[in-house]
Amino acid sequence: MEKIFKGRVVVPGEATLTALVSHGGFNTLASYKDCKEGKNICTDQNNPDLFGKSTVGVALCLPQTIGSTTGGMVFFNAAVINCNPGAMLFSKPIDSLAAAGAILASVWTPNNIPTVDQLGDEFLDYVKDGMTIEIRPDGEVVVRD
Amino acid sequence: MELTKEQQAILDGSQGEVMSKIMKTLVMYGETFGATKMVPVTSTYGHIVTSFGVIVLKGVFELMDELIAGGVKSKQLFSADPRPLDKKVPKNLLQDLVFHVMYGPQKRYEEQLRKIGLLSDDAFTCACYFPEVGNRPKKGDILSWAESSAVNYANSVLGARCNRNSGIIEMFGSIVGYVPYFGLLTDEGRMASWIVEVRTEKMPEAQLLGSAVGMKVLEDVPYVKGLDRWIGTELNDAATTYLKDFGAATASNGSVGLYHIDRLTPEAVEHGEKLIRPDAKVYVIDDAELERVKASYPVIWKKKDAKPKLCFMGCPHMTLAQLNDWTDRLEKKLREKNLSKVRIKTVFTSAPAVIEAFNKTERSRKLKDMGVVLSYICPLMYMNNPLCAKMPVITNSNKLRTYTSSRYYTDAEILDQITGGTK
Repeated sequence: MEKIFKGRVVVPGEATLTALVSHGGFNTLASYKDCKEGKNICTDQNNPDLFGKSTVGVALCLPQTIGSTTGGMVFFNAAVINCNPGAMLFSKPIDSLAAAGAILASVWTPNNIPTVDQLGDEFLDYVKDGMTIEIRPDGEVVVRD
Repeated sequence: MELTKEQQAILDGSQGEVMSKIMKTLVMYGETFGATKMVPVTSTYGHIVTSFGVIVLKGVFELMDELIAGGVKSKQLFSADPRPLDKKVPKNLLQDLVFHVMYGPQKRYEEQLRKIGLLSDDAFTCACYFPEVGNRPKKGDILSWAESSAVNYANSVLGARCNRNSGIIEMFGSIVGYVPYFGLLTDEGRMASWIVEVRTEKMPEAQLLGSAVGMKVLEDVPYVKGLDRWIGTELNDAATTYLKDFGAATASNGSVGLYHIDRLTPEAVEHGEKLIRPDAKVYVIDDAELERVKASYPVIWKKKDAKPKLCFMGCPHMTLAQLNDWTDRLEKKLREKNLSKVRIKTVFTSAPAVIEAFNKTERSRKLKDMGVVLSYICPLMYMNNPLCAKMPVITNSNKLRTYTSSRYYTDAEILDQITGGTK
């Protein structure tokens, strides 16, 4: 079974990845406190959905990011050391920190992070950890069970 | 986005590949938020949120090297957030060892900042807008800053205009001298979509009131009514100090980049309730609501009733007036309790320039004699040491509480605890 959602492209790209879902705001700095080359286990104790899970190479599904204004820099750094998410899919309009991170990664590193926002609350209600997600260049996001 | 000839030329590579990538980054960032143009940064100085050379930020150090190799010099000099280390701040041998590993690249990173455009070797504070520091924008100035508490203060108290940018983006704006025009730079973006009515029967604690407002309005702009009853209608030392702490809590407990205080902050004085959107929601705050908010804070200490080992005051950094006031309050309280020194290791933090001014006063010796350490450190960076995070640390800062394992207490509670409690 599959369901298609349409959002706005922030950073274009195509990918097919496994979903990892944060229903609350994703605190970027708190989530990457122990990132290493190719590896990041979410360190944010206040995020019960993600704490202790790997955020590398996944389609990170979230409402927005929250927390320190170092957030964009942290995403960028994650892209440099190959521990970034494979894509970022926002149910709400993207916040300035996450946008900065996705754009910095796209311009300054080989690790482009396809990013789509405004996918709607229904997207975040529907998508579950482990589902397969296809991100298309026009902002279509296909979620498969 | 429509660019001027100069901006387009930079994007096309007239100043080299690195500058072209910087401009491309800013254009993409602006277009994401509907910016139609880039506008000049008009403040004298910039301010950088990333002051810490922490080992995990390998990518940032490499980026700085790339900028330097590309011959990049910032159009405006900048101050930076506080340094992460200070020998004076208490720590044990193991913690010290971890600090040295964690912040091993600090020297290299500061050297990189100097090459790009650091204002001075002492320009490390989150409160760069203090008069003693000198990075104080004028009303209407366009800024390229990111430190959330400084952006919030500059927008709200000084009437400057700055978006809630991310680290690196803010440095890029200072380097090229332009920022994309959207959000809090526009009149429309500065309109309030919340009315906050303060109906407390006593002076609300700044850090608690800011926390309540931030948690409720998140990234929106609030127009606060009823606070002038407690802090007046003049932006004097007491009012601006209050607003510094209030604002930092709105920015960290929510994502507030701008607030208006009825009859007090510059735009509220100028435009009054015309700043409120017709569909603004209302949030009423009384004493019970503040109690509810305070009770909602989780205590993440392993042993909930542990005796505090350290107290941090000054996140954001303390003003000169706060240092003076706290010295007097401590002296009085200790005398009442027949004590000469604080009973919990206590660190007050402030900007190097404020510390220098304070050290010229008689109170400096008194504070030292009472056992309080005065430091320029960033308490947040201290608490990022995993061994320090395990310690029971208390603070009156809602920002520090939000980002670390430290526990929040009101000013009166802190004063009581560091002077031996109520027994």
